[in-house]
Amino acid sequence: MPEPHPLLAVNELEAWYGESHVLHGVTFDVQPGEVVTLLGRNGVGKTTTLKAIMGIMESRTGSVRFEDAELIGRTSDAIARAGIAFCPEERGIFSTLDVKENLLLPPQVRPGGLGLDRIFELFPNLQERLSSQGTKLSGGEQQMLAIGRILRTGARLLLLDEPTEGLAPVIIQQIGRTIGALKAQGFTILLVEQNFHFAATLADRHYVMEHGRIVDHFSAGELKANTEKLHDYLGV
Amino acid sequence: MFEIFGIPSQALFGQLLLGLINGSFYALLSLGLAVIFGMLNIINFAHGAQYMMGAFAAYLLLQYLGLNYWGALVIAPLVIGAIGIVIERLFLQHLRKLDPLYGLLLTFGLALVIEGLFRNAYGSSGQPYQVPPALQGGRNLGFMFLPNYRAWVIALSVVVCFATWFAIERTRLGSYLRAATENPVLVRAFGINVPRMVALTYGFGVALAALAGVMAAPIYNVSPQMGSDLIIVVFAVVVIGGMGSIMGAVLTGFALGIVEGLTKVFYPEASNTVIFVLMAIVLLIRPAGLFGRRA
Repeated sequence: MPEPHPLLAVNELEAWYGESHVLHGVTFDVQPGEVVTLLGRNGVGKTTTLKAIMGIMESRTGSVRFEDAELIGRTSDAIARAGIAFCPEERGIFSTLDVKENLLLPPQVRPGGLGLDRIFELFPNLQERLSSQGTKLSGGEQQMLAIGRILRTGARLLLLDEPTEGLAPVIIQQIGRTIGALKAQGFTILLVEQNFHFAATLADRHYVMEHGRIVDHFSAGELKANTEKLHDYLGV
Repeated sequence: MFEIFGIPSQALFGQLLLGLINGSFYALLSLGLAVIFGMLNIINFAHGAQYMMGAFAAYLLLQYLGLNYWGALVIAPLVIGAIGIVIERLFLQHLRKLDPLYGLLLTFGLALVIEGLFRNAYGSSGQPYQVPPALQGGRNLGFMFLPNYRAWVIALSVVVCFATWFAIERTRLGSYLRAATENPVLVRAFGINVPRMVALTYGFGVALAALAGVMAAPIYNVSPQMGSDLIIVVFAVVVIGGMGSIMGAVLTGFALGIVEGLTKVFYPEASNTVIFVLMAIVLLIRPAGLFGRRA
């Protein structure tokens, strides 16, 4: 299945939190237009992998190639300007900024980002609350704001860290529809999820992580045949 | 002449004016400290020395380049602010991940070094600096005499403080600053060059101190210890107002200048300590300061 030109190619990525070695050679790729998930239990290194790609983890080695350019050694602001956007697990809504300021905060790094009108079509709730303090929104609205604000930037690869965590089922469905709509518009998405059922409905391919490594890999079509194995991996 | 609470109006308004003048400097300096603390998490003990450098820059620009007060008002903050940026790049950026105590110690040491160098070069007696001709003299308001230069200092301070507050709280650039104060890692991951913004912020805070120094030059002598005399009071102001609040720093600065002035009228013996007494009370009742956010 290796295709000639991945948008993102991660090779033997290792990373450290201080003295503690947390990624031990992570290798995977994401093709243009795909939705790919990283699955695994808590603490296996999924979030760390996103942070290492993004350059937020500075202590890292190996290779991260995006559109054939090497990102290892670049600072996180340079990586963002290369065209990757990150939505953190804790959402990172700024309490000293109102909703509009939060939405307009990430600078445009490339042409072709969504306009505000398109973002409000995806998340109508945001439009009604533009002058509210960012952290006064509900958890679901904060998650919409966190996703909405990175759609403006023109980044083609979105790294989403647990976008459904702690949200009500109806909000999770809305986020799911949004991710589907983004994929249809040509966004490429790397998704970290604990909610396997959510991931299963959306993703083209799944990588499974354990102990700071990729240990398995399924396409969407292979999921059914491997349910038991997955349950073992994820401890569901 | 009339009396208020048994005090001659001239004395009352005279001290009130003096209080406002002092308050103008407290406000400008504590504003700079608040901006720097918010962004760098560093208590900039070199602030008084940087204020003094602003005054000296005005003096030296006049002595050696013949540049007058108005030129110095623009050039001195730019030059001293640029020196601030160099200090940030050379020293402070390496302290970012450490306890704020290290930044405090480093800037305190820097202040001692800078003051020592200036004392060595210019002595400690102080150099006079003339009020610019356009602002000499004053006007009689009926109830008091208002020197023009002092009115100018108060007005300029109010304008600069308001403009700074506006830039931080109401503009796009200010939203970057506020966001980076909250979560610099994430702001950087959005593609904003946060280290450069931090250096420029420090430079801006230092330039505010230097501007205050230029404004102070015609009122006080230009002397190496002028900053250390003032900065202790300014730190008390910052503690009372609460670290990191822009509006809080400005309002507290003006208010405490006035409180100090009034104390001189009604109970002169306490005028040197009233701010510190207030500081102790505020620390007991609201440790985060009047406008501070709870940590």
